[in-house]
Amino acid sequence: MNNALFTYTLRIADDSLILGHRVSEWCGHGPILEEDIALTNIALDLIGQATSLLEYAALTEGKGRSADDLAFLRYEKHYTNALLVEQPNGDFGKTIVRQWLFDTFRLFFYEALTHSKDEQLAAIAEKSLKETKYHCKHSSEWVIRLGDGTEESHQRTQAAVDALWRFADELFFQDETDQELIAAGIAVDLVPLRALWMERIQHVLNESTLRLPENNWTQKGGRTGNHSEHLGYLLTEMQYMQRAYPGMEW
Amino acid sequence: MSQTEWPLWEVFIRSKQGLNHKHVGSLRAADAEMAVENARDVYTRRSEGISIWVVESNQIFASDPTEAEELFEPAHSKVYRHPTFYDVPDGISHM
Repeated sequence: MNNALFTYTLRIADDSLILGHRVSEWCGHGPILEEDIALTNIALDLIGQATSLLEYAALTEGKGRSADDLAFLRYEKHYTNALLVEQPNGDFGKTIVRQWLFDTFRLFFYEALTHSKDEQLAAIAEKSLKETKYHCKHSSEWVIRLGDGTEESHQRTQAAVDALWRFADELFFQDETDQELIAAGIAVDLVPLRALWMERIQHVLNESTLRLPENNWTQKGGRTGNHSEHLGYLLTEMQYMQRAYPGMEW
Repeated sequence: MSQTEWPLWEVFIRSKQGLNHKHVGSLRAADAEMAVENARDVYTRRSEGISIWVVESNQIFASDPTEAEELFEPAHSKVYRHPTFYDVPDGISHM
């Protein structure tokens, strides 16, 4: 049980941590000052969520590892984030499409997780839900603005949807860890969530004049530690300080 | 694209219930909704507000600085317009 709870919490934490790091790469590079601050705020929210989740994961693991140990001293294969969140930022359109697919998922996920029988997870979900509602509004509006914008913005955003759609499926990945915790009333059953998610995604797609790719090929592996080549580079940068100066604090 | 920069918006924040909205600065945004969101991100990150107004800057009609003399100076000599000639009775606080 504790082991399942650790694995489950770590998966949620890793999604937030890795996406938070990805979005933070925009800091100082945003298309305009206002959007630069918006993206940085979102990155900070995600890293804040990751902090709470990793602290809880460390506690449930009970092996004396800290949240920082989990964030900075694991190897690539031990990260359990979905492949979607480790995908490179690309252009602004790609970053926004990645964010929108994820935010929409997280919105329904956190809503459901507030009813978890695990009080700590429910509390984290409640706090994170407020942030996620804003993230989702921000990214959805941008998808509409870009998709239904100029010819170039439409074409770039469509290219992003075509490139990232294959990774969306993995957000709904479930295995025996989930089954055990769903039975205990702790984990969220993602099956009924999927229809809600799809409905919201389709609505925004219609508004934005974008369409889903015809190819339904999906790619997964992140939840079980099989990552794309991009994660290694991300970790090299993210872990540099702790690897170069072990135990450094600030 | 005929226009390379988004319109400028003036931002007003109400810091708490009962107080009025105060001008805090300006920013660029493509539309009103984006202006509110940008204002939220730029001006309320440290819990500065509970309500945001945005107004497109070109919608503001301002007084002409070169007319400052005739607009404002005549009031300077009319101190009797300030309610400073009354004795505040004992027991009245917050005045």
